[in-house]
Amino acid sequence: MHRSEKVWLTLSFGMIMLFMLATGYQSYALEMGPPSNMETIDPQKVDQTAPFDNPGVKQIGDNEYEVVMTLQVFSFNPGKLEFPAGSTVHFTLTSKDVVHGFQVANTNINAMVMPGHIQKITQKFDKPGEYLVLCNEYCGAGHQMMATTITVK
Amino acid sequence: MNSVVKSPKDSKLSMSYLTVGFIAVFIGAICGLLQGLVRGGVIELPSFINYYQLLTAHGVLLALVFTTYFIYGLLFAGVSKTMGALSDKARSIGWIGFWVMTIGTICSTIMIILGEASVLYTFYAPLKAHPLYYIGLALVVVGSWIGGAAMLMHYSGWRKKNSGKLSPLFGYMTTATIILWIVCTIGVAISVLFQFIPWSFGWADRINVLLSRTLFWYFGHPLVYFWLLPAYIIWYVCIPKIIGGKVFSDSLARLSFVLFILFSIPVGFHHQLTESGIPEGWKFLQVVLTFMVITPSLMTAFSLFATFETTGREKGARGLFGWLKKLPYNDVRFFAPFMGMLFFIPGGAGGIVNASHQMNTVIHNTLWVVGHFHITVGTPVVLTFFGVTYWLVPYLTGRKLTPALNRAGMIQTILWSVGMFFMSTAMHILGLFGAPRRTAYSTYQDNPTALEWFHGFFAHYTTVALGGTILFIAAMMMVYLFFHLAFFAPKAENDIEATEFPIGEVAEHAYTTPRILENWKVWIGIVVVLILIAYTIPVTDMITHAPAGSPPIRTW
Ligand code: HEM
Ligand SMILES: [Cu+2]
Ligand SMILES: [Cu+2]
Repeated sequence: MHRSEKVWLTLSFGMIMLFMLATGYQSYALEMGPPSNMETIDPQKVDQTAPFDNPGVKQIGDNEYEVVMTLQVFSFNPGKLEFPAGSTVHFTLTSKDVVHGFQVANTNINAMVMPGHIQKITQKFDKPGEYLVLCNEYCGAGHQMMATTITVK
Repeated sequence: MNSVVKSPKDSKLSMSYLTVGFIAVFIGAICGLLQGLVRGGVIELPSFINYYQLLTAHGVLLALVFTTYFIYGLLFAGVSKTMGALSDKARSIGWIGFWVMTIGTICSTIMIILGEASVLYTFYAPLKAHPLYYIGLALVVVGSWIGGAAMLMHYSGWRKKNSGKLSPLFGYMTTATIILWIVCTIGVAISVLFQFIPWSFGWADRINVLLSRTLFWYFGHPLVYFWLLPAYIIWYVCIPKIIGGKVFSDSLARLSFVLFILFSIPVGFHHQLTESGIPEGWKFLQVVLTFMVITPSLMTAFSLFATFETTGREKGARGLFGWLKKLPYNDVRFFAPFMGMLFFIPGGAGGIVNASHQMNTVIHNTLWVVGHFHITVGTPVVLTFFGVTYWLVPYLTGRKLTPALNRAGMIQTILWSVGMFFMSTAMHILGLFGAPRRTAYSTYQDNPTALEWFHGFFAHYTTVALGGTILFIAAMMMVYLFFHLAFFAPKAENDIEATEFPIGEVAEHAYTTPRILENWKVWIGIVVVLILIAYTIPVTDMITHAPAGSPPIRTW
């Protein structure tokens, strides 16, 4: 091999190793890994299966909330959520029909919600404001209407 | 090698593939234009067209049909050029592949037009299209296997006749590309044949959604390398000749292709990072393998710039960057792929962001992703293919790329680059602001966040529409130039006038190529092992711990 070729390969490989270490560190040491919950559910019996038989918001501690939510064409249930600033919110989500997305603009919430699978994601809301919640996976003719809001006061 | 006589029969086969490809560009670009205009709020679609129907057609016709047909047209021409005319048997098989693919394409396209298949090109279950949509796609894949077999036959025939000799670089790279394609399409073929077709006919009640997505992305990532490798063949083999230089290193070129086969397949989970049902550790493993596949791309970049520099210096360039001035920028055969390479620099960097586990959650399913693949497949690959068209078509039809046509090609390339610059930059920025992909015009009931996507300069849907319109003009020019070069450009009267198929020679100082690189059994063996490591446990888990599946649903 040419010398410059070796230098280039070493540099590029070093860079790649660095990226790998960075992602590994973030995932495992900082627990910033992507949402990967393993629980499953019968997609045709969502309404009869706990906790989705009773979707809604529950306060579970000081400034800590649990949201049990179903996604279906073309809505989020419950919608229009409100939390005080500084709240930590644990979302538990599933789909009653096709695959949907759960994205909250200007936060790091972004997860696929698939029928048959329960997705979990946690987020702390510090900054007050109205956050746009939208479905970011194509789910049918009304996909572009599927949105709601989270208001942080 | 240049002494090999051109086979008119092989040329006809190649031209047939290319023609279908450019018809697909014509329809796909019209869809793309309309998408951009709709999202920008510039137009509203008439009630008989659905946005997602257009998007399905755009994805299928450009990402699947155009690419595959163009690649086959190019590779058939290249193996015929470098390893001699195809045998009658191999050529017949090539034709069978062509017709099977074409019947499939027509079948799926009709279903999209009828509104029976608005499920996008990824056809995620449990959205259910008409069974003929899936059957059509299956035929496209099976047809490509048949055509691929013809090329593999030709390659092994050459090696039998020339035992002990190193195969031509073009033939070697073609073989690598076809092997990659066959190994990866097996995943999607299993899913379509055993999951989607029975379920869409109603023979099976439910479908395993996660398994179908996993099989899709087992195919979906190497798919992008199936697009990229033929562009790399041009960059490694043809560009050196076009700029008057030599192939920098034969062994480095072959090694990079082997690495692509190894690392581009066991990485599909990086498209499923935000999905439940796949343990984080397995996602991480595939992210690591994804990073590995950056290496051969960096090797390719090195090799290219080394060729540019060496050639420039031989032409008398001085100083650190003097060689940059010696490149033939006014030759569209060079200029178009060169513009593509420039786009690939931010494109590749963006790809590293996408693959990075948690940065992925910022951009997953946002318009950023759409911006990303338009500056990877949509520009580096596509501009390389367009650049090839300017010499391949006249080569195949015995015509000439006149100076006027070269100029038209230059303008076409500039328009594509400018349009893509505006469209993709806007898409990237809108994506960072949260704008979703695959979504028709929407302000989400005038939500303030969504309204911001209509302010600013680059963070503006109208900029997407503007860029898309310029791109559309460039696409129409390209389709016109294709047919012009095929049927109306002046005939070459003699050998000197004839358009050449540029095949670079290897530089004298290059090292000899290790023989193991041509031992396919070894590489296929290793890739199978890597695939088994990356997928066996999570896939077994998906099957044994599957939730009750999903019934078919139509939501459009
Ligand atoms: C005339 C030129 C083009 C224009 C104006 C254009 C425009 C667009 C737009 C606006 C979208 C996004 C729609 C959305 O997410 O809602 C899109 C998606 C897409 N484009 Fe293009 N594009 C062009 C050329 C190409 C080319 C040449 C390719 C590939 C070879 C390509 C591949 C794709 C793919 C794969 C998608 C995603 C489809 C999906 O999400 O299912 N496009 N295009
Ligand atoms: Cu949706
Ligand atoms: Cu990928």
